Amino acid sequence: MLHEIPNSLYFGLSAALFTIGAIGVITRRNAIIVFMCIELMLNGANLAFIAAGNMLGSIDGAVFVFFIMTVAAAEAAIGLAIFVLIFRQKGTIDVDEINLLKG
Amino acid sequence: MDFTIIDPAFRWVVFLASSLVALFSAIMMVTRRNPIHCALWLIVAFFSLAVIYLTLHAQFIAIAQVMVYAGAIMMLIIFVIMLIQLEKESVRRSRVTGGKVVGAFITVILFLETGAVLYSFPGSAGKASGVSLPQMGSVAAVGASLYGKYLFPFEIASILLLIGLIGAVVLARRRQE
Repeated sequence: MLHEIPNSLYFGLSAALFTIGAIGVITRRNAIIVFMCIELMLNGANLAFIAAGNMLGSIDGAVFVFFIMTVAAAEAAIGLAIFVLIFRQKGTIDVDEINLLKG
Repeated sequence: MDFTIIDPAFRWVVFLASSLVALFSAIMMVTRRNPIHCALWLIVAFFSLAVIYLTLHAQFIAIAQVMVYAGAIMMLIIFVIMLIQLEKESVRRSRVTGGKVVGAFITVILFLETGAVLYSFPGSAGKASGVSLPQMGSVAAVGASLYGKYLFPFEIASILLLIGLIGAVVLARRRQE
């Protein structure tokens, strides 16, 4: 007879997704792909919230994920507008080329 | 769908399949060079995560995941990718700089830290258990919590969305000069 799925599997999956996203943020140079990797990291954190809420029998995890999704949506709107602006100014969104604030 | 009355073997199959798909598509997303391929693989990862949320009794979040992430945010990203004439990432691969070594080290530490959460997890049990949730309805429980205990953060979140909306319009507007 199979038991319930252990919570450690969920947390392990969440950690793996977060780490894959972090690796992408560090290694990729296209700003939009970096942005997508950040979304993946957010999703890893969301999975941890939901798993913890389920484990503790609380609805607060789902509410917290709801707020994270709100922030992610606002972040997507603002961030992509900034990318379009940078592309208009410089003709590229390579994060190595965008060093205007470096002085 | 109520997952509590379903055979545990089926839940295991669903969980294992969707988590493997999520990991595979996440790795594909990070490694593909074409941004459109990255975006499509990320959508696959979001859908499989929504299935995992269903196995955790979080129906509302699963639906919101598909609608907000796989629908709205990815549509926006793909739209911007098509708006911007993206050149392929130039091939300057074989550069191992000190920054990358440090970054890899930090990433490994990050993974160990998130894994260590497993073994040091305090917290108290709440009222909504996996057994009681399907009876009262997960979506209803989330709604009651949002409009009761978390009413003020909910209003703040709506103001945040309004600011994001106005900010995006102001930023993307073409200056007339």
